[in-house]
Amino acid sequence: MKILVQTEAFDLGAEVDAMSRGRTDIGAIASFVGLARDLNEGSGVQAMTLEHYPGMTEKALAALVDEACSRWTLLDVTVIHRVGRLLPGDPIVLVVVASQHRGEAFAACEFIMDYLKTQAPFWKKEETAEGERWVEARSSDDAAAARWVKS
Amino acid sequence: MKLRVLYFARLREHFGVAEETLDFAGATAADLVALLQARGGVWAEELAAGRAFRVAVNQDIVTLDAALPDHAEVAIFPPVTGG
Repeated sequence: MKILVQTEAFDLGAEVDAMSRGRTDIGAIASFVGLARDLNEGSGVQAMTLEHYPGMTEKALAALVDEACSRWTLLDVTVIHRVGRLLPGDPIVLVVVASQHRGEAFAACEFIMDYLKTQAPFWKKEETAEGERWVEARSSDDAAAARWVKS
Repeated sequence: MKLRVLYFARLREHFGVAEETLDFAGATAADLVALLQARGGVWAEELAAGRAFRVAVNQDIVTLDAALPDHAEVAIFPPVTGG
């Protein structure tokens, strides 16, 4: 398991290679990369700054990876989330999940992203032509996370 | 008891403070929120009933009825928007 919060960019290929190198038990690796968009709420975004809560962020990410590991049989997980100032097109977040079969890798990858969006203490502030604005949380993200609540 | 209180994102900017240490006579997160609301102005506005904010105690999100231990690190912040 690898969980990083960093300002630097990440390399999806390098992370997948690192996960699979030297082992032959992995049958599936699913990944997700989130990118900074140039449009949000109908206006152009020139840049964004990601703030977080050092300490709690790492703890929250570890907790949601643990939860994923309790729900599916996973062989490895990498989560990297960037902070600081990012430009449109820059990668923000990476999730890579390895398992024996694709179903678990796909599901766990989506679960981790849905929980990260609602549980991990990151906040985005956008720079637009009209000035700076904090991004508001979306109810669609709460709905996406709620799909995973066990009944 | 003493509390270390942290604010993040929009709340940090509106309050004009990132961190403070408080002498606290209450018991729960709700008591702390009430104390902060009583400062008036942006505090009353941002922490009013119906406004969306989260409270974490020692880095775990809690509900407002959570008890605050002495020397707790309490954080108050808007709903998260990472990913």
